[in-house]
Amino acid sequence: MTTETQSGRARPEAIKAVPVRHPGRWVAIAVLAVLAAMFLHLVLTNDRFNWRFIFVTMGEGKRGAMFTGPVLEGLRGTLLLTVVAMLIGVGLGIVLAIMRLSTNPVLSGVAFVYTWVFRAVPRLVLAILFGNLGILWERIGLGLPFDRQIGNLFGIHDLNAQFYSIKATDLLSGFLAGALALGLSEAAYMAEIVRAGIQSVDEGQSEAAAALGLARGQVLRRIVLPQAMRVIVPPTGNETIAMVKDTSLVAFVPVSFELFFQLQAISSRTFIVLPVLIAACLWYLIICSVLMVVQFFVERHFSRGYGTAGKARMRLSGLSAEQGGGAVPTSGPGGAGA
Amino acid sequence: MTDEMVRADNVHKSFGSLEVLKGIDLVVKQGEVSCVLGPSGSGKSTFLRCINHLEKINAGRIFVDGDLIGYRERGGKLHELKEREVAAQRRAIGMVFQRFNLFPHMTVLQNVMEAPCRVKRESKSEVRDRAVALLDRVGLGEKKDSYPAQLSGGQQQRVAIARALAMRPKLMLFDEPTSALDPELVGEVLDVMKDLARDGMTMIVVTHEIGFAREVGDSLIFMDGGVVVEQGPPREVIGNPQQERTKAFLSKVL
Ligand SMILES: Nc1ncnc2c1ncn2[C@@H]1O[C@H](COP(=O)(O)OP(=O)(O)OP(=O)(O)O)[C@@H](O)[C@H]1O
Ligand SMILES: [Mg+2]
Repeated sequence: MTTETQSGRARPEAIKAVPVRHPGRWVAIAVLAVLAAMFLHLVLTNDRFNWRFIFVTMGEGKRGAMFTGPVLEGLRGTLLLTVVAMLIGVGLGIVLAIMRLSTNPVLSGVAFVYTWVFRAVPRLVLAILFGNLGILWERIGLGLPFDRQIGNLFGIHDLNAQFYSIKATDLLSGFLAGALALGLSEAAYMAEIVRAGIQSVDEGQSEAAAALGLARGQVLRRIVLPQAMRVIVPPTGNETIAMVKDTSLVAFVPVSFELFFQLQAISSRTFIVLPVLIAACLWYLIICSVLMVVQFFVERHFSRGYGTAGKARMRLSGLSAEQGGGAVPTSGPGGAGA
Repeated sequence: MTDEMVRADNVHKSFGSLEVLKGIDLVVKQGEVSCVLGPSGSGKSTFLRCINHLEKINAGRIFVDGDLIGYRERGGKLHELKEREVAAQRRAIGMVFQRFNLFPHMTVLQNVMEAPCRVKRESKSEVRDRAVALLDRVGLGEKKDSYPAQLSGGQQQRVAIARALAMRPKLMLFDEPTSALDPELVGEVLDVMKDLARDGMTMIVVTHEIGFAREVGDSLIFMDGGVVVEQGPPREVIGNPQQERTKAFLSKVL
């Protein structure tokens, strides 16, 4: 009935309303434009910034501070440290998260204590501590645990059942100590992130997979973790970017194979401070920009199958940004299959 | 003996101090469709989940096709089966859930292929052919490259049925497969189930669809408070219930 009457009527004229004016927005833009102009003026005209020193040359026949050999070496070190520390962090973090969620109280207890300790200790302290672990043990080796004590028990002094050992200071000095300090600390944070991710996956998923006859490991690898990744990736991007910056802490291990150390070395040699700091900022900015691009693609990869929900969320964020915050709660599809 | 697909002997199950199943006895013969009816909280889902060992029972025995589920009896003692052996038992038992539980990060075809590819180590092209045939059978051949979120509820549930069938189960368990669906989508799922029943699949179906039970079911079980109150041929139980509790329940749903 209703459709008949509606289709019988002519289509009304399309709405052409005068949009709401936002005078406040224009004022804000004007203020920001002036501030930006002032900033640019300051940066370009004040020669204490010494852009030439940063980009072109530090002196006769030398490259700019950002591009000298040692700084580029340091950059390589920073990137390598980030990669190694994040690999340790993510790998160990996943293991810890799985342990934490295990029904075995010993495993979950150990994971809890690990997270507790490594989140409590500042990374800087950890870096220095790892640099000094050589004080505790002279040699670190692989072999029968407690070999000395067992030997003493049977009256053999100096029993040595180590297959392989190395002087602690060789192993722990420098790069490895730094990477371990950062990676082990990172693992504690990653464990919490991964745990949240795993717990965000509907229990019906692992149940359905188990009912199909998949083994527990397969359920985790094929069904739960890929879905958890949607929750895990964004904070992991945060962690990676934070890690890039935290690598500067290994200067205290001490490790010199690192970006900030090398830049600082320049400023202590030349007594030119500000341009060197700016060069450091620029490098960190560049690295983080690249990482953000990587994160974008990783996120897109793991949101396969969530097309509609993902788009709805983007529309929502666009909307709330326009309205100056105030997110609108919607009853969007919380998860497919629910 | 061999034509008994499912045999439950005095099955008990508790969650903490709450006893949910209080001695369930049930026999479902090869090729039979057994419908389970009962009020909310009567333990229907729990019982289904015990059959494929998603829940461990506290007492009694469940056999599927002659195999004791979850345990091995040796020297008068029960030994828990290893995880691998439990998984192997589950492969013979398909399960369809009220909330579909499709894997949202995989396409429809990947959903159907996942378990046979991982578990049976069959050749991929073989599994693929079978998956496509199954999707055609449930009327979704064209949707094989869609993601679950792009399908309607009825379509998702049909994919879930195809996914379970891909493991070539001997027994299918359905836990209120149409309860989460809009009324106009219920029929398409029931049609697939009727088709399965005609093909001789042994099925246990928890449902509130009395019409389905009457038309397709070989037996109907009415559960309440963790016990089987009444069972028999659907027409008899529905048309002429003997127990007060059955009468009271049926008067509400009919
Ligand atoms: N994992 C669990 N832990 C504790 N109690 C549970 C658990 N699962 C089910 N129960 C309880 O067991 C009882 C039976 O639940 P069950 O899901 O089997 O009922 P049902 O007959 O399927 O009901 P419905 O028709 O609502 O699906 C309920 O009281 C429920 O609260
Ligand atoms: Mg139920």
